[in-house]
Amino acid sequence: MTDKSNEKSTPLVKRGLAEMLKGGVIMDVVTADQAKIAEDAGAVAVMALERVPADIRAQGGVARMSDPDLIDQIISAVSIPVMAKARIGHFVEAQILQSLKVDYIDESEVLSPADYVHHIDKWKFDVPFVCGATNLGEALRRVTEGAAMLRSKGEAGTGDVSEAMKHIRTILGEVRALSAKSEDELYVAAKELQAPIELVREVARTGKLPLVLFTAGGIATPADAALMMQMGADGVFVGSGIFKSGNPAARAAAIVKATTSYDDPDVLANVSRGLGEAMVGINVSDLPAPHRLADRGW
Amino acid sequence: MNPIGVLCLQGDFREHLQTFESMGQETIRVRKPQDLEGISGLVIPGGESTVIDKLSKSFALRDPIIKHIHEGLPIFGTCAGLILLADRLKDAAPGQETFGGLDVVVQRNAFGSQVDSFEEDVDFDGISHSVHAAFIRAPIVTEIGDGVSVLAKLKDGRVVGVRQGNILGISFHPEVTGETSIHEYFADMCRSANFSSNN
Repeated sequence: MTDKSNEKSTPLVKRGLAEMLKGGVIMDVVTADQAKIAEDAGAVAVMALERVPADIRAQGGVARMSDPDLIDQIISAVSIPVMAKARIGHFVEAQILQSLKVDYIDESEVLSPADYVHHIDKWKFDVPFVCGATNLGEALRRVTEGAAMLRSKGEAGTGDVSEAMKHIRTILGEVRALSAKSEDELYVAAKELQAPIELVREVARTGKLPLVLFTAGGIATPADAALMMQMGADGVFVGSGIFKSGNPAARAAAIVKATTSYDDPDVLANVSRGLGEAMVGINVSDLPAPHRLADRGW
Repeated sequence: MNPIGVLCLQGDFREHLQTFESMGQETIRVRKPQDLEGISGLVIPGGESTVIDKLSKSFALRDPIIKHIHEGLPIFGTCAGLILLADRLKDAAPGQETFGGLDVVVQRNAFGSQVDSFEEDVDFDGISHSVHAAFIRAPIVTEIGDGVSVLAKLKDGRVVGVRQGNILGISFHPEVTGETSIHEYFADMCRSANFSSNN
C-alpha cells in the first residue's frame, strides 16, 4: 500500500461530507441573517441563493447562479457548510462557485437550465456536487458524471410533498427491483435505466444507492420531513418551506428535531405544535406541465 | 462485554454501527437518556457539531452524557465528536457548547472549506500499522493540557488524535475508510474500564 499524504478531492473525500450531513436538514437562505437563523435552528448546512423556489416560480424569468457577494456574505456569516446552485450544464457558474469556495454545488433544476442536452462533467471539479433525480436511471447518470450526493427532486416551491413522495418511492423502489433480478437480467435493466452496467450491477449487489440520498421539493412541515425519513431518505432539503412560513426559526428547529426523531410519533406530535402558518403552497396537480421544475434534467 | 452505545442524533452514526458490527461487537443506538443505561462505552460520531450539540439538549441527553463522562464511561469522538469532547473551542458558533472531558483546545474546521478536505495515512500510537484517515472539514487539537496523551499527528506535526483517561478523540473518520483498528482500540478501552452505570 502506498503511503497517502494530503490527497484532496478524491471520491472518498467528496462523498465524505455528504455522509456527515446525514440525518440533517439543509435549508435554503437568501440573506446572511437567514443563514444565521438557520444555523441557530440546527441546520446541518445552508443553500445560498437569491430567491427561494416559491419566488422563482412566482416571479418567472430566467433564474441563475447567485451574486458572488451574497454567497461570500453567507459563507462569512455561518460556520456550517454552505452550498450554492449552478444551472444544469452551466460549468462556468460551477467554476465560479468553486472559486468562491462553497462546500458543495447543487446542479439544480430550480434554476433555468443552461444546456438541454448535457449536464456538467463533475469529475473535472475539486468541489463536490449534489444533483437531483426523479428515478434511478437519472440518479445513476448523475453518478456517472461525478455527482457525490443525490437529491430526489420533488417539486420545488410548492409546499406539496406529493412529488417528493413519488420520486423517493420511485428511486428506492427501482433499487429494490434491481436487487431482485438475476445477473443475466441486469443487461436489459441497464438498457432500460440508461445507466452503465457496472453501476447497475453494484446497486443490484448491494441493494442500495452508491451515494447518500437526500430528499427535496415540497417539504413544509415536521411531519413532511419525518415522512421522507421513514421512506428511507438520508436527510432533507427544505427550500421555501421555512422562510415562507409564519415563524421561520420555530419551524426550522421543529423540522430539525422531526428529522432526527422521525420514527417517534410522540416527539413528532410535540414538535408540530404551535408553529404558526405553514407556507401557503400550490397543489402540484394545479401546475401546468411547463411550470414543473422536476422535468428539467434528463 | 455490554453493548457499546452510538449517539444517533445526526451524522454518520450508521457507519460506526456497521464498523462495530463487522467486528462482532454488539451496539445500541442512543437517542434517549434511558439508552445510556448498561452501555460499556459511547461513540460520538462525525456530523455537524453545532447540530449534535443542539439535539443533545432538545432530547435531554446533554446532562446524562456529561454525568457519564465524569463517572468514567469510556467515550470515543470522531471529528464532530472530538469537538464535542473538548473543554475549549476555537471558532465555535455563537452559543455552541461541548460536553467536555478532554483538557484541550480544538479548532473547528481547521483546514478551510470542503475543497481542502483530504485523505492521509496516519501513524497512531498503539496501532502497529498506519491508519488510512479521511479528514472532512476536520478539526485539529491546538492546545493540550497535562494528562492528555497525543496518539496521532499529521505528517506536518498537527495533532489529530488524543486520549485522556477513558476519553478518546480523533479528527478523522476511520468509520468511512473501512478501518477497524481504532474501533478495536476503543473496544479494548471499554473492556479494561468495565464500566457499569449502576455503580
